Amino acid sequence: MGNEIIDGLIKALQLILSGDPTVMEITGRSILVSSSATMLSVLWGLPAATILGLKRFRGRFLLKGFFNAMLGIPTVALGLVLYLFFSKAGPIGFLHLLYSPSAMIIGQAILITPITVSFIASAIESVDPEIKDLAKTLGASETEASIAVLKESMNGVVLAITASFNRAIAELGVVLMVGGNIAGLTSVLTTTIALETTKGNIELSIALAIILLLIVSVLSISINLIQRRKT
Amino acid sequence: MRKTYLVWVALLVLAVIGSVAGTMYYLGASTKNRLLISTTTSLYDTGLLDTIETEFETKYSIDLNFISVGTGIAIQHAQRGDADLILVHSPTDELKFLTEGTGVNRKIIAYNFFAIVGPETDPAQIRGTTPFQALSKIVESGRNGTTKWVSRGDNSGTHVKEKSLWRAAGFNLTTLTKESWYINAGSGIGETLKKANYFSAYTLADVGTYLKYYKDGLISLKVLVEQEKDLLNVYSAIAVNQTLHPTVNFDGAMAFVRFLISDEGQQIIEQYGKDDYGQSLFYPAVRLLKENTEPTIAQWIKEYAFFNDIECPPEYRKGYPELYN
Repeated sequence: MGNEIIDGLIKALQLILSGDPTVMEITGRSILVSSSATMLSVLWGLPAATILGLKRFRGRFLLKGFFNAMLGIPTVALGLVLYLFFSKAGPIGFLHLLYSPSAMIIGQAILITPITVSFIASAIESVDPEIKDLAKTLGASETEASIAVLKESMNGVVLAITASFNRAIAELGVVLMVGGNIAGLTSVLTTTIALETTKGNIELSIALAIILLLIVSVLSISINLIQRRKT
Repeated sequence: MRKTYLVWVALLVLAVIGSVAGTMYYLGASTKNRLLISTTTSLYDTGLLDTIETEFETKYSIDLNFISVGTGIAIQHAQRGDADLILVHSPTDELKFLTEGTGVNRKIIAYNFFAIVGPETDPAQIRGTTPFQALSKIVESGRNGTTKWVSRGDNSGTHVKEKSLWRAAGFNLTTLTKESWYINAGSGIGETLKKANYFSAYTLADVGTYLKYYKDGLISLKVLVEQEKDLLNVYSAIAVNQTLHPTVNFDGAMAFVRFLISDEGQQIIEQYGKDDYGQSLFYPAVRLLKENTEPTIAQWIKEYAFFNDIECPPEYRKGYPELYN
């Protein structure tokens, strides 16, 4: 049995190094889907987090609590809800999104929005509030002052985006349920690893798992290095 | 200052929307003429459908998208309008699916046999018995604690077959499934075979998938009870009714059904696995039924999978009369 693991590793490395088209295609799709999802979540998450981090308004704690509670939302639960929405019999079935990459992008974007919002909001809150006041004293408008704070919390923002992307690319439940793991259309790293393991294509599974680990760790490490150089 | 800032934000937003839309377009480009097929896991896990897809797509500009789920869920997908065609193997469920109006134009495409497989040591000593005797023996030794049974537990065609076998052998399923030796796998056929292998347990599998997994060295279970009339397994294709779900790709579905039952499609089914596994994993059913080439099996199929002596009664047909000549 130990041989199986070593043989699998060797064959997996061969698959990766030879640039096997299936491996490349699935990896490419995973990166495209999850980075699009991350962009979407930043698009609506960054303004929301800035307001949440800077403004003081009624219900702010409730809203923050909500995003914090949703941080660990089970992917299959969200996948199920989205499936029911995207299904032809569901409320937005007419959009024909089920079993398409678009559905996967939207699903992952919703999944990681709490991470984007919560982490960015915390980063903003941890910035010294005097910076905003200082900026205002120097004649900055409200928006300009907010930008100044956002700049100060840039490290935290980058970290939030990285964490969001990592959660997206590593999750299985949402992409499996709304994507359907269709070969050549909606199969991504996680869904293919799950399917190919049951089909007995262990080498392919190992190859894809290595790639997934590489993506996640290389991204985190390089962001870490860049941030260290800055400070 | 404020204006330039707004311009930057607007540009950023546009860039994000543009790139997301671009990605969606790029990724979704192949969804144009696609045919969504929810299929029983055995046809997919064995790799048969991949082979058929390659041949089909060289001739038609239709993109086949398979979702491998098991008969019960495949039918649910179709009822929700989330599939254009289903490939299934559970005649009783198929009849319900036709009568409630969602399914039309059923065609039997292939058959093989189920088998009771288990560890070589055969602790329940079922080798060479009839399916019903075998099940009784498995229950007996399961209750003694000497063996286990792994059930699909997912309302798939194989699971429905398994339940009907237990009932026919005189067992009450509600009590049986609660006993500790009865393992509910809740997974597709490939995964279930591997679980049974891991637990050295017995299970019901179609011979095609079993052979592939056995010859590929993924399992060491042996076929212990097989090739009986009671273990017949018949696969059919059913299109989703366009009147009920106007958005389904009905013409695409029928093009694929016609390909499956054509000489070429049937040839692929017959050849699949011969080189790698020494025998066909699935047998073509069209000629056999039409020309009665193997009267015994044809008779079994008719008794098991025909409705009112016909594979698809006229009231459940929509166009394409040549399918039933």
